[in-house]
Amino acid sequence: MTRPRLDRRPPASAPPATGFHRPLLAVERWTKETLWDCRMCGQCILHSTGLTCPMRCPKNLRNGPCGGTLQDGHCEVVPEMMCVWVEAWERSRRLPLWREHIEHVEPPTDWRLQETSSWENLLTGRDRVDPDGWTRAERRAAR
Amino acid sequence: MSHLHRLLLAGEFVVTAEMQTSDSADPASIVRDAETLRGAADAVNCTDNSAAHTHVSALAASRLLVEAGIEPVMQLVCRDRNRLALQADLLGGAALGVRNVVCMTGDDVSAGDHPEAKPIYDIDSVHLIRIARIMRDEGVYLSGRPLSEPPTFLIGAVENPFAPPRDFRPRRLGTKIEAGAEFIQTQICFNLETMRIFMARCGELGLLDDVWVLAGVFIPSSARGARYLRDHVPGVDVPDSVIERMESVPPERQREEGIALALDVVDAVRQIPGVSGIHLMTINHEEAIPRVVEAAGLLPRSAPAP
Repeated sequence: MTRPRLDRRPPASAPPATGFHRPLLAVERWTKETLWDCRMCGQCILHSTGLTCPMRCPKNLRNGPCGGTLQDGHCEVVPEMMCVWVEAWERSRRLPLWREHIEHVEPPTDWRLQETSSWENLLTGRDRVDPDGWTRAERRAAR
Repeated sequence: MSHLHRLLLAGEFVVTAEMQTSDSADPASIVRDAETLRGAADAVNCTDNSAAHTHVSALAASRLLVEAGIEPVMQLVCRDRNRLALQADLLGGAALGVRNVVCMTGDDVSAGDHPEAKPIYDIDSVHLIRIARIMRDEGVYLSGRPLSEPPTFLIGAVENPFAPPRDFRPRRLGTKIEAGAEFIQTQICFNLETMRIFMARCGELGLLDDVWVLAGVFIPSSARGARYLRDHVPGVDVPDSVIERMESVPPERQREEGIALALDVVDAVRQIPGVSGIHLMTINHEEAIPRVVEAAGLLPRSAPAP
């Protein structure tokens, strides 16, 4: 039985990987796709979703779930599939770490990072670069 | 400051209502649809291609309402527009007199009349709420580019206490408040027990000091309509008791029974601590809204300040 799969990731706009990036990406893709059905958004927040990839959500929600979850917990867009965020919530309750991260206001997706290495972006801090307006609001909220 | 905001600050129990969706290019007919609600609601929601069915835009309907002297609440979904267009509409709406916005994700295109369309979902509803606040309070776009004149509005959102994962929903409301939501309109409430549990949990989390909650109340017009809601509108919990009640009366009496049912829900939610108002919705039964408001003893509504 094949797992139902709807893939709404956008095409990559980043230039193709060169040099060491190619094997890095290949390893990352192979590992993460196998383990978590990763959609290679390049800005991973798996730690805050109980290790459930939010880009599997047909609406690509970073702060899910939406209000349309079916009464049995399935997705309104792909009814054969469990709502990604129902899964994320339940799995986050089973993790001993990062339990309150699921309540964080996650920033908007930078679609330019599609098909780039989230591991590299984590190390360089590229996945934490937010638009200026967003950073200003966060600074005010932190005061 | 919007009239709705003023009422909420004064601690009044408010009434908002959704105006009928319009498929007309005639401005007079659009305003006529909203006239039924004048004096019965403090503000009227203009929906944004609701249920993924195309209609006259929320921006256009909102402006027509402003010109007619009815206060609009402009709905914005993330399904059809990217962050540039949504910011343009937030600013444009403010320029046209919109003082209340409600930000939501939006039903998928597959549920609507153009299932072949490309869904956008560039940002989600939490992002949109935060962006509305950034424009209003920081006076800049998301990108940081300054606005020469920032918009003023009351920022709203929606929440659905009735869809899984139910125990996460109160916390998600907390996330929306953190992002900037000042009031919410809930999804349709038929299941009062779930609503009570949700509100109690929100109270425990301390959220009710920071947000006004308007309970969504639907006025069914027929048993068939109630069944449609149960079977075809995702996220709505329609208990069997509601279907049975509507089916227990003959078809010609079902419109009246729907009004009585809605009245019972209104009476019940008014007893729940922390509920600051109701948000009335119907499908092709708009004339029932003023009747429910009146029968609930909620007339007359305060007149807007000149």
